[in-house]
Amino acid sequence: MNTYFAGEYDVAVIGAGHAGIEAALAAARLGCKTAVFTINMDAVGNCPCNPSIGGTAKGHLVREIDALGGEMGKTADKCFLQSRMLNRGKGPAVHSLRAQIDRRKYSDTMKHILELQSNLELRQAEITDIKRTENGYELTTRMLAVFSCKTVIIATGTYLGGRIFVGEVSYESGPDGIFPATALGKSLKDLGLPLRRFKTGTPARMLRSSIDFSELEVQKGDEPPCPFSYETDDLGENKVDCHISWTNEKTKQVILENIHRSPLYAGKIEGVGPRYCPSFEDKIMRFRDKPRHQLFIEPCGLDTEEMYLQGMSSSLPEEVQLKFYRTIKGLEHCVMMRPAYAIEYDCVDPLAMLPTLEFKELPGLFGAGQFNGSSGYEEAAAQGLIAGINAAFKVQGKKPFVLTRDTSYIGTLIDDLVTKGANEPYRMMTSRSEYRLVLRQDNADERLTPLGYEIGLISEERYKRFLEKQALKKAELKRLKATVISPTDELNNILVSRETSPVTTGVRLIELIRRPQLDYEALSAVDRDRPKLDRNIFEQVEIEVKYEGYIQKQTKQVEQMQRLEAKLLPSNFDYTQIAGLRLEAQEKLNRIKPLNIGQASRISGVSPADISVLLIWLAQNK
Amino acid sequence: MNKSTVAAISTAQGEGGIGVIRISGDKALEIADKIFISPSNKKPSQMKGYTAAFGRVVDDEGAVDEAVLLVFRAPHSYTGEDVAELSCHGGIYLTKRVLRAALQAGASPAEPGEFTKRAFLNGKIDLTEAESVIDLITAKSKSAARAALCVKEGAVRKKINLVKENLLTVTAHLSAWADYPEEDIAEVTDDMIFEPCSKAKAVLENLLSTYDSGQAVKRGIDTVIAGKPNVGKSTLMNLLSGCEKSIVTDIPGTTRDIVEETVLAGDVILRLSDTAGLRDTQDAVEKIGVDKAKKRLEQCSLLLAVFDNSRELDEEDKKLIKTASDLPCIAVINKTDLPNSADISYISDNISNIVYISASNGDGRNELISAIEKLAGTTGLNPSEGILSNERQRLAVSNALGSITEALSALSSGMTYDAVTVSLEDAISELMELTGEKTSDEVIDRVFHNFCVGK
Repeated sequence: MNTYFAGEYDVAVIGAGHAGIEAALAAARLGCKTAVFTINMDAVGNCPCNPSIGGTAKGHLVREIDALGGEMGKTADKCFLQSRMLNRGKGPAVHSLRAQIDRRKYSDTMKHILELQSNLELRQAEITDIKRTENGYELTTRMLAVFSCKTVIIATGTYLGGRIFVGEVSYESGPDGIFPATALGKSLKDLGLPLRRFKTGTPARMLRSSIDFSELEVQKGDEPPCPFSYETDDLGENKVDCHISWTNEKTKQVILENIHRSPLYAGKIEGVGPRYCPSFEDKIMRFRDKPRHQLFIEPCGLDTEEMYLQGMSSSLPEEVQLKFYRTIKGLEHCVMMRPAYAIEYDCVDPLAMLPTLEFKELPGLFGAGQFNGSSGYEEAAAQGLIAGINAAFKVQGKKPFVLTRDTSYIGTLIDDLVTKGANEPYRMMTSRSEYRLVLRQDNADERLTPLGYEIGLISEERYKRFLEKQALKKAELKRLKATVISPTDELNNILVSRETSPVTTGVRLIELIRRPQLDYEALSAVDRDRPKLDRNIFEQVEIEVKYEGYIQKQTKQVEQMQRLEAKLLPSNFDYTQIAGLRLEAQEKLNRIKPLNIGQASRISGVSPADISVLLIWLAQNK
Repeated sequence: MNKSTVAAISTAQGEGGIGVIRISGDKALEIADKIFISPSNKKPSQMKGYTAAFGRVVDDEGAVDEAVLLVFRAPHSYTGEDVAELSCHGGIYLTKRVLRAALQAGASPAEPGEFTKRAFLNGKIDLTEAESVIDLITAKSKSAARAALCVKEGAVRKKINLVKENLLTVTAHLSAWADYPEEDIAEVTDDMIFEPCSKAKAVLENLLSTYDSGQAVKRGIDTVIAGKPNVGKSTLMNLLSGCEKSIVTDIPGTTRDIVEETVLAGDVILRLSDTAGLRDTQDAVEKIGVDKAKKRLEQCSLLLAVFDNSRELDEEDKKLIKTASDLPCIAVINKTDLPNSADISYISDNISNIVYISASNGDGRNELISAIEKLAGTTGLNPSEGILSNERQRLAVSNALGSITEALSALSSGMTYDAVTVSLEDAISELMELTGEKTSDEVIDRVFHNFCVGK
């Protein structure tokens, strides 16, 4: 068949999901001639699973993407339906923002942003072949167009070799009934990429009018709702409610009677699924004693009657699904609009990549998102952004951009992927970061916006706003230190009512704020000269004062690690030459080729004894 | 990594029945081939691991000594490398000559601690085990050896691991609770953190509290024998040490300098100093001795204040009693073989521990030893329960304890759990550094700094 030459790009992105979007936007905004290929023009920025963005740790990622100049936070704000700050009572380190979003609107908004972006071409095409050339890669589409690309970012999500399972039924498909990418996988294998199968799943969507909400617990958004983006000033009001229901003994009974019809339990699915996001039948089988499980009923948008059942994904046959969904309070007469399904797909072993998300053996080829073994929109977007920046930098001959663990959840996510690998779809969690109190969602701008500005993704104007905010924050901290509050009855009444000890002498405002029982709100009556500031500034100052000691503690740990990160390892070295290393360590080090001792110490299978061997070896070879 | 093969004398240097020269490294057996000849002509490099052969050690000048060769094959050896051990006749001359033969044949001299360092680097032992090796080598008493062995076999490690596991359970629960706010995971309550932390705290406190008595067992207690001239201090010292160290005469002022000796009193090592008698003196030389003794008194961990049963207490005795009342002290009433003239009740009013002895005929020695053991806190000490063996371990435990205490106080002052978690994770990381599960570049250097050649 006759192919035709269709053009040249600096950066080509395969896939226009959450990873592909950020990758393409970053590359184009950094001045590269960029193309992003989507298998279906109506599936750009699709949310095939939950109609929400953010959540624990994922909210951090969105904030960080925004602080670096990415798009996800801004678009989520534009499409928000309801917003909640999770973990409010559990401390600032684990506060996480989550927004219910209008999924169609989100997709349309993102598509439009891509369309309007200069240097960027959005094309509907299935990439069927990728070949290495002298100057990069050559992509061929189903329609036989050939593109010559300096760099390529693979962001194929669950489309690559996608296969859907619903009970005994199984067929090749991408998510939401869109056709899969069937040919590209072979071509990637020919390039030598280590591909493997993962699986994930999604619950059914129900018709709103078929659900009886009258007896269900309502879950409302925060008032006022909090935006993701530092550029969004006002979100307006929450637009929808979510509802909570519970499964029961009858639900469990249906599952137990039909478990043999699950493709997973019948051994038909070979892909590895996420432990932390199990299908409902998995939850029943693994926690048999649990009498009930919680589920959330979430609207998919303002212009649709589809309702998402969070926590209820399944790969049981459609008839069984309907049967068990209908045992649930409120869903007794539910009408199913889309059935739940499991989807299996090809992804790569991320150990084959550098922290820039470039493949070690294939310069100029990058991976991002679910293709790299992660799960979740936010994880995907974060990787897309980093891959996009690095692809652009590569084209422009600039130094790679790597975020370290102590700067961000993004850095932690990528370091985990390329250092520890992923044996199941990787989800971000706050517990994955050892520096939680430093890497808070409220200070993402402080940590990353200067970097975003340096890269060139943060505008002059926004950077100026950021600097102003920092100055105000600094001034407020100074004011807290300088202001002395007299020991009036008014103050002591406040102190006593908050169950903290009264004072007999004047006390600095900062000391009062430091007390766990007190906050800005409590002290507003006695703090008369308080300036009018953005609530985020007050919040951040309060956190920094209250948690000062702990933040210092983590900062010290950061410094300790930085010492190990500063000890660089050679990029091309055969570790079998170091006899003192155990065999497993030699093998792992050769495979992962860590950039420094710090990264080496996080490889599973490399023991502290191996690290000391490396330290001594480094010292001897200086 | 230094791939060289190293050799050293592994037994104590000095006269002994037997001396062991250890060669470790890739070329250990190759080197042994060159310097060891067995009657059967079977080469060491042909021998299997865990086998022995009798033969002769030779160097350029010919046969050096008869020796038994033990062959260990990697990784089944102390260092995890190929090891040849030559047991020859003892004595500095012979062992050195065998070592020289090994060095001539291509081995490099082992750095202090090299064998243990290699064992550590090859993953044969962990950090606490490595440290205990040095303790084992230098162990002065039975108890000390037992304590060192316990660390090596992981008694401290077991305790630390238990604490670590407890803390990990708490932090795991805290993480799940923070990461899954909408799953119905049990709410974390203060009690769920408080209880395991309190338990962990108790274990660590116990480890710390036995550290000092552990040190008494291991390193010994600085002990000063004091008293006015001629009450029998030197005789007492000789009684404890079992040989004539101090010059014993009945001329007051004989002991002018501080005589030091390490003796074993039961399970306790005493680093004894016999001091010049405390008295006002015009003799310039003796005066220096007296001043030194006074200074020594202020620094000691145990004072044995000696009084003469047969003489009335004078001003000097009373001065000593006054000094002694502020110090950990045992009043030793000497010369019980002579009739009593001293006012014992005056002594017992000021010093609670009193022991009666006759240093010259040995009466009361056992009573004295058990009084010392009691005061050193070693009576109830069971070394096999695991004793922290050095300052590094003590510091790590003490830091971990500090972090746990901090977590508990954060909890009670109403701080949020994310702050509490920071302290708990800090504690866990300290404990992991102690057991060598976590690396920081300083630890390794700190540990291996102290090792002696040989082991």
